[in-house]
Amino acid sequence: MARTASRNIGQSIPRLEAREKVTGRAEYVHHLRLPGMLYGKIFRSTVPHARIKSVDVSAAQALEGVYRVVTIDDIREAIPHPYYGPAFHDQPILADGKVRFAGEPVAVVLAADPHIAQEAVGLISAEYEELPAVFDEVEAMSSDVLVHDVLKPAATFPDLKHLAGRTGTNVALDYHLLRGDPEAGFAAADHVFEHTYRSQQVMHIPMEPFVSVADAADGRLTLHTASQSPSFVRIEIARLLGWPENRVRVKVPYLGGGFGGKLYIKLEALVTALSLVARRPVKVALTMEEQFFMVTRHPCTFTIKSGVNKDGTIVARTCKVVWNGGAYADIGPRVTQKAGFTSAGPYDIENVEIHSYAVYTNRPPCGALRGFGAPQTAWAYECHMDEIAEALGMDKVAFRRKNLLQNGRPQATGTIVQDAALEQALDQVADRLNWNEPLDRGDGRIRRGRGIAVGFKGITAPTTSVAIVNLYADGSCGLYISTVEMGQGSDTVMAQIAAEVLDMDAAAIKVVHPDTDVTPYDMGTLGSRSTFHMGTAVRLAAEDARKKIAELARELGLPEGSNLPLPELFRRKYGMQAGNIIGTASFIPKYEKPDAETGHSRNATPFWGVGASGAEVEVDTETGHYRITKLVNVADVGTALNPKLVQVQLSGAGIMQLGFTTTEEMVYRDGQLTNGSLADYKIPTLLDIPPEFINEHVDSEQKDGPFGGKGAGESTTIALSPAIGNALFDAVGVRLTDLPLTPEKIFRALCEANGTPLAGE
Amino acid sequence: MKVDLNINGVERTVDVEPRTSLLDCLRGELALTGTRAGCEHGVCGACTILLDGEPVRSCLMFAVQADGYEITTIEGIAPAPGELSVVQDAFVEKHGMQCGYCTSGMVLAAHALLMRNANPTDEEIRDAISANLCRCTGYGQIVEAIRLAADNLAQSNVFPAERVR
Repeated sequence: MARTASRNIGQSIPRLEAREKVTGRAEYVHHLRLPGMLYGKIFRSTVPHARIKSVDVSAAQALEGVYRVVTIDDIREAIPHPYYGPAFHDQPILADGKVRFAGEPVAVVLAADPHIAQEAVGLISAEYEELPAVFDEVEAMSSDVLVHDVLKPAATFPDLKHLAGRTGTNVALDYHLLRGDPEAGFAAADHVFEHTYRSQQVMHIPMEPFVSVADAADGRLTLHTASQSPSFVRIEIARLLGWPENRVRVKVPYLGGGFGGKLYIKLEALVTALSLVARRPVKVALTMEEQFFMVTRHPCTFTIKSGVNKDGTIVARTCKVVWNGGAYADIGPRVTQKAGFTSAGPYDIENVEIHSYAVYTNRPPCGALRGFGAPQTAWAYECHMDEIAEALGMDKVAFRRKNLLQNGRPQATGTIVQDAALEQALDQVADRLNWNEPLDRGDGRIRRGRGIAVGFKGITAPTTSVAIVNLYADGSCGLYISTVEMGQGSDTVMAQIAAEVLDMDAAAIKVVHPDTDVTPYDMGTLGSRSTFHMGTAVRLAAEDARKKIAELARELGLPEGSNLPLPELFRRKYGMQAGNIIGTASFIPKYEKPDAETGHSRNATPFWGVGASGAEVEVDTETGHYRITKLVNVADVGTALNPKLVQVQLSGAGIMQLGFTTTEEMVYRDGQLTNGSLADYKIPTLLDIPPEFINEHVDSEQKDGPFGGKGAGESTTIALSPAIGNALFDAVGVRLTDLPLTPEKIFRALCEANGTPLAGE
Repeated sequence: MKVDLNINGVERTVDVEPRTSLLDCLRGELALTGTRAGCEHGVCGACTILLDGEPVRSCLMFAVQADGYEITTIEGIAPAPGELSVVQDAFVEKHGMQCGYCTSGMVLAAHALLMRNANPTDEEIRDAISANLCRCTGYGQIVEAIRLAADNLAQSNVFPAERVR
């Protein structure tokens, strides 16, 4: 698509903060030390489900150098109702009478020296009355073991109100969608297929572990926190304290990675309570090992059934998706709903039924992680698509293309699909894989295969972004936004958008980092929403500033279109270098919440995230080991506002998902995590990158996005796992249904297929 | 206990407990926070520093063990205040980072490579940073940045060890 040349939009401008980062000067909460600051170290439960009989802190309290040991009783002095969470107020700041997962915080030692605090943690002991526990999501649906006695939805979401006070269930939220008549569809279909697929529990592993500092004094509180959602932190902390928002200040410098983990509220409630109790600034910095107990990604069991005609038309589909939310809901109910409504895949199907359930279990809590559930659902529906095509003897790309949703057609919710380059993305992957050329499949021990997959996601809605553009008297510009620069490049892209409107260079714009006393509201840096939502707010704020410049010129009696430089306008107005022009705007996209009965909505998402992936693999049939020799990711990001930033986003998301596909899994024994460290939980290194690794975006445009752009951070997570699973099937003819795709599973499946199954796991 | 450390060419005396890691000493005692605390068990490489020019994990050694070595941190590789080394400059140009938390370690590992081998193969570049974890980028742009730094060095005509700076 031909576009007008611009010095900002579409240019791979280097990151505004690159120099700070390569010189080691970039600021992270991890570095922060305040005068008089205490360090908090956490004593954690050793059992997955139990009533706490007693906690003995006396030896810890007696250790020299310990300032204080804090339990939930002390927390109540500062916060009488110490339960928090974005969807449910179900998580106690410290365990309150009960523990619900092994690793849950029970007490905190405060000391000026973190090593003394850690030593004292080792002197605390707790006595538990153990309770039966439930870990599997499907079991938890009907188990007698109840993780919570009563559901406590937050008032923030009106559509959760009906769940208030519900008892006798582990199901925190159920989402349902019905379109057409699936039973009639199955009855009339030539074939019916049903499969079940599972995704495992994984963790974000930001390189900078969770860290927050609270400084409470004189009825005011300042939080310095590695958070993706400073505005939400302020609102939630103000609620917990019963304070007005303006007495809570939340500041966020750079984040050392977030990926959805550092969203909503994490350590902030704890450090706030500790600082209020201790009357000193308090820092809690988790270790890499402790991160696994903070938040993780939902394991998921997905049973999918399709009615398909001989010609390959899918006429009916039902989806039952069960999300293992762990002990506390976090944002799981939203994952359940948002990933629920797209769980039938990007296909045009007349009869669809979806049931999506968020379920409590005795595992560490699960929340948002890069894709908000879309990768888990795509793992199921795209493996299922391949199994159907295989059974029908159809080409896998042709089968998908035949059923793919086209722009202008209604998705399962009834929302008309727009600006979703599904077919383009699929075709581009097929092209890069030379899909129509034969593949050298190998013979003997080494076998080769290739696979393809495509998927989409809806975007969290409705959400608001507010931006302020501040023009100073010398004509320079500050951009005040609460979008968190966590690596995705938001500072640079937002500056590019403002600069484009203001006819400046992006590099000349100062982006002011989140400080809720200064920067305006933003719902959060999450779910691929910033470029579209904040980007639009920034564009509108910059246009507002321009309008005000024109007004000032008129006020000064200048002729229309006079090109007087801005500093001169200020000088004429104020007689010296003085004053500001403030442009501001907010943006909330159109949205219609899904009907409670049918799940229908005419406007379910502000835009669609689209990703397609393809893989070529080489499998050693004697060991099950495999090599991914080629990996292709293609995303629809609308107009790439900064192609190089987009490129890094696509490759980074792809490699993260590669880890979730091949090696990463939180492994438990009796509810105890057994591999909670980087030594045992393996994330991809440079040597795991496939020799041929292609990341591209299609030539497209999000018409209502800022300068045609939309989010890019999650698209390549969606279809990658099934592309690899499908390639493995293509190579050796065994279908793995459970992630991750380990050599052991392949070997076991091969033995099974050869009629020589191995003994149990 | 007192220990003398040579850090970025400057002699510093610090008073630390025997159990203090070099990482904690650099970040805490000396406020050289460019060295990052990541996993703190020797896997991620965020705390990489150079000891006599060789990359080392500062979380895995005690400060007292560093006595007698030349320690180089990210704060010590730019040729002059406000300037960037060849490697740093290439990381900026090639977008060789996202969140930046692993960047100090990556830059130092690349710096060490180019100090001993100004003309590395792609294989040698990959090998040099393969023990440093990056969760954000997928690594491609980091490799590109180091390649660019090596190419830029090849085109300069200064003595190898000097021109890396």
